[in-house]
Amino acid sequence: MEGTALLQVQDVWLAFGGVQALRGVSLEARKGEILAIVGPNGAGKTTLINAICGHYHPQRGRILFKGQDITRWRPHRIAALGIARTFQNLALFRGMTVLDNIMLGRHVRMRSNALACALYWGPAQREEIRHREVVERIIDFLEIEHIRKMPAGALPYGLQKRVELGRALALEPELLLLDEPMAGMNLEEKEDMARFILDVQEEMGIGIVLIEHDMGVVMDISDRVIVLDLGEKICEGKPEEVANDPRAIKAYLGEAVSPRRG
Amino acid sequence: MDTIPKLLLHNARHLGRKAAMREKEYGIWQTYTWADVYENVKALALGLAVLGFQRGDKLAIIGDNRPQLYWGILAAQSLGGIPVPLYQDSIAREVQYVIHHSEAKFVLAEDQEQVDKILSLREGLPHLEKLIYDDPRGMRHYKDPILISVAQVQELGREFDRKNPNYFDEQVEQTQPQDIAIIAYTSGTTGFPKGAMLSHSNVLSVCDLTLQVDRFRPQDELMAYLPIAWVGDFFFSVAMAHKVGCAINIPEEPETVQRDLREIGPHFIVAPPRIWENLLAAIQVRMEDADWVKRRVYHLAMKVAQAVEARRGQGKGIPIWLRLLYQLGDFLAYGPIRDHMGLRRIRFAYTGGAAIGPEVISFFRSLGINLKQVYGATEASALVTVQRDGEVRADTVGRPLPGVEVRISDAGEVLVKSPGVFQGYFKNPEATAEALEDGWLHTGDAGFFTPDGQLVIVDRLKDVTRLADGTTFAPQWIENKLKFSPYIKEAVALGPDRPFVAALINIDGQTVGKWAEKNGVAYTSYMDLSQKPEVGQLVYREVERVNRELPPETRIRRFLILHKELDPDDEEITRTRKVRRRFIAQKYASLIEALYSDTSQVEVTATITYEDGRQAQVKSTVPIFDVREAVEAPARR
Repeated sequence: MEGTALLQVQDVWLAFGGVQALRGVSLEARKGEILAIVGPNGAGKTTLINAICGHYHPQRGRILFKGQDITRWRPHRIAALGIARTFQNLALFRGMTVLDNIMLGRHVRMRSNALACALYWGPAQREEIRHREVVERIIDFLEIEHIRKMPAGALPYGLQKRVELGRALALEPELLLLDEPMAGMNLEEKEDMARFILDVQEEMGIGIVLIEHDMGVVMDISDRVIVLDLGEKICEGKPEEVANDPRAIKAYLGEAVSPRRG
Repeated sequence: MDTIPKLLLHNARHLGRKAAMREKEYGIWQTYTWADVYENVKALALGLAVLGFQRGDKLAIIGDNRPQLYWGILAAQSLGGIPVPLYQDSIAREVQYVIHHSEAKFVLAEDQEQVDKILSLREGLPHLEKLIYDDPRGMRHYKDPILISVAQVQELGREFDRKNPNYFDEQVEQTQPQDIAIIAYTSGTTGFPKGAMLSHSNVLSVCDLTLQVDRFRPQDELMAYLPIAWVGDFFFSVAMAHKVGCAINIPEEPETVQRDLREIGPHFIVAPPRIWENLLAAIQVRMEDADWVKRRVYHLAMKVAQAVEARRGQGKGIPIWLRLLYQLGDFLAYGPIRDHMGLRRIRFAYTGGAAIGPEVISFFRSLGINLKQVYGATEASALVTVQRDGEVRADTVGRPLPGVEVRISDAGEVLVKSPGVFQGYFKNPEATAEALEDGWLHTGDAGFFTPDGQLVIVDRLKDVTRLADGTTFAPQWIENKLKFSPYIKEAVALGPDRPFVAALINIDGQTVGKWAEKNGVAYTSYMDLSQKPEVGQLVYREVERVNRELPPETRIRRFLILHKELDPDDEEITRTRKVRRRFIAQKYASLIEALYSDTSQVEVTATITYEDGRQAQVKSTVPIFDVREAVEAPARR
């Protein structure tokens, strides 16, 4: 599924003091495509996502979204432009309901000011109802109707991950960054999540950048794979190409081990 | 108006703006009026006709309760075709059998899950021409030419309607009362399912008879939440709703039934005993978790309620002080509990399909919910007997409907003659001949009449049995007593040709799990939980309690707790949760032998079948419990 370049990362360098986290990483994410970023721990995968979202600002290089340079932008402006993400460790408001958590994802799309919202009258009320409709469609899409009114913190881990995906979708993003959406899940939860990610891609046609350790999942659902190691992109290609690439195998298994296929 | 489609036409004309169906979607109850339903059924039916659906053709329907699937039932009937609903959680093999056996050329499926199931069976379904789906989600890249969405079929129908505006109504006028309205495949406890054919006249006459006993009104709200393949759902949600013009309400998801029920507050509900048991268990667990003030109030109020209900049941007067206490209890406890369950507006409720524990029915009745027992059979268009108001007792299933004859054969079998008695099993004359004799339906149930004319169902005829010493006993009766415990989900009582009664017990993972949490018992899985010594003691006490209510000869002497849940996917129980004894006797032969030997534990290896057909092996050691003779029991020789 060839699409136009949605996100372009061009030769990005990022260091924390003496630690060089990203060394000249370049990549392209396309509309309607699932791009997986894999690599051993500390390879710089999450740093890269944080750089795209504007949490970190790279020392060198450029990040373009829909052709616009967003390298130095603040995170909320980037979000408003259409990039949403989920977090490796859950970042939900545990005491708030699932509905409110997802509604919060609509925040950057809301126009009413605090006073109008407090009075909840006229345009503010109509706006809330309109946003609620969007949120309800997401709830339906993710099949979480039964937990709509439950506090997020009381839910099993797998469902919390799904709620987090819901909150990211509420932003109506054009690019979705998923940081290990299946970490810590059991097989059934993983299969569910993989299906939802594919459904998002198919139904909403947005671009997805996915960081994931489970190679089975990566091989199954991604269109393209990029391997990072020690802050450098070491190879890129279709899943089956990357799986057989000696550089990728070396990064994962180390030098002494003979390459295995499977 | 002698067919269901004619009733639809009538309702659309006379109740056009009144709600006929509601479905909760996107968090809001979306309403379809009778006129909306008519338009949708018309479009779907004409679309089917354009695709080649003809008089006598079958439309297999599979999925959860959805308006579109109910429209499918009516659409097929309107064209003189026959709907064949299937259980939505059926495994592939069952689905294939029913679709193949019924010769369905068209299948209406709810969503991707069901479509995938049917596409995977393609080879074995030579009749299949079109697979119609409702929810297109996830199927954008499906290219199979037999696939078409409900929306597309309806579009074809509307186009056809513009050119032939009277065609649909003419088709409906041509439907005849003797047309088959449904083939309901029974989930039978033995062998392959059998397709019971019910005519419009069968079903609608039983509606008429039921209305002579209990008033359903046009303004009533019903819940449509039980499997569409169950004849009871067809009877109430389709036939009765069309007959009376009342509205059916469809929950958002199976998991949300409880909350949706509360939002609707239906006037009538039918539920199998299992659901009443679950409700009761949920209330009991919740009350045990409540603070002590609430707990005290609840227990005191329940004592009052049960005292009142006991007097009512015996036809005795209720003293004024007890009435006052009952009023207080209603304010403090019964009212809030009814409201919490969504049963505040219930005028009458039915339980049927299996025996219900006397304690369960008295619990709900004492709360002020008019829960009545009914007895019926798929082959008799759902209902045969209903308890009349003022005659509700725990041990009977009521008197026959007016116009229905029931008699007990010499062998003790319940025989039924009713306008609802079916037209036979589809393509199975042998089974039909066995079930029908001179117009009498052989139900296969053992029962008797009380002196005042109420029917008592004992068990399945083939399950009433004797111990080795000749003592008769009905396993189901013992099982029901066990299942009344909130901690026991399923039980299988053993004993035919054996020296004593023994039992296989399934704990209820939810309530026992909660109990374990509260009592500091750590566990990992259901299997682990079921084999904890503390859980064993808990169940032991429950068995002792049940034993006290049983005659000494049929008390449970030994039991064990099964390491896995009995599951319809493993064919251990039917989809309607009836125990398949023969299958269990085979599958658990080693466990059963151990119960009747003197070992104190037994090794098991279980094979589990997943929904997709894969199998896995699980190993464990299961202890066997010897039940001491209950001390409280009066000695009897």
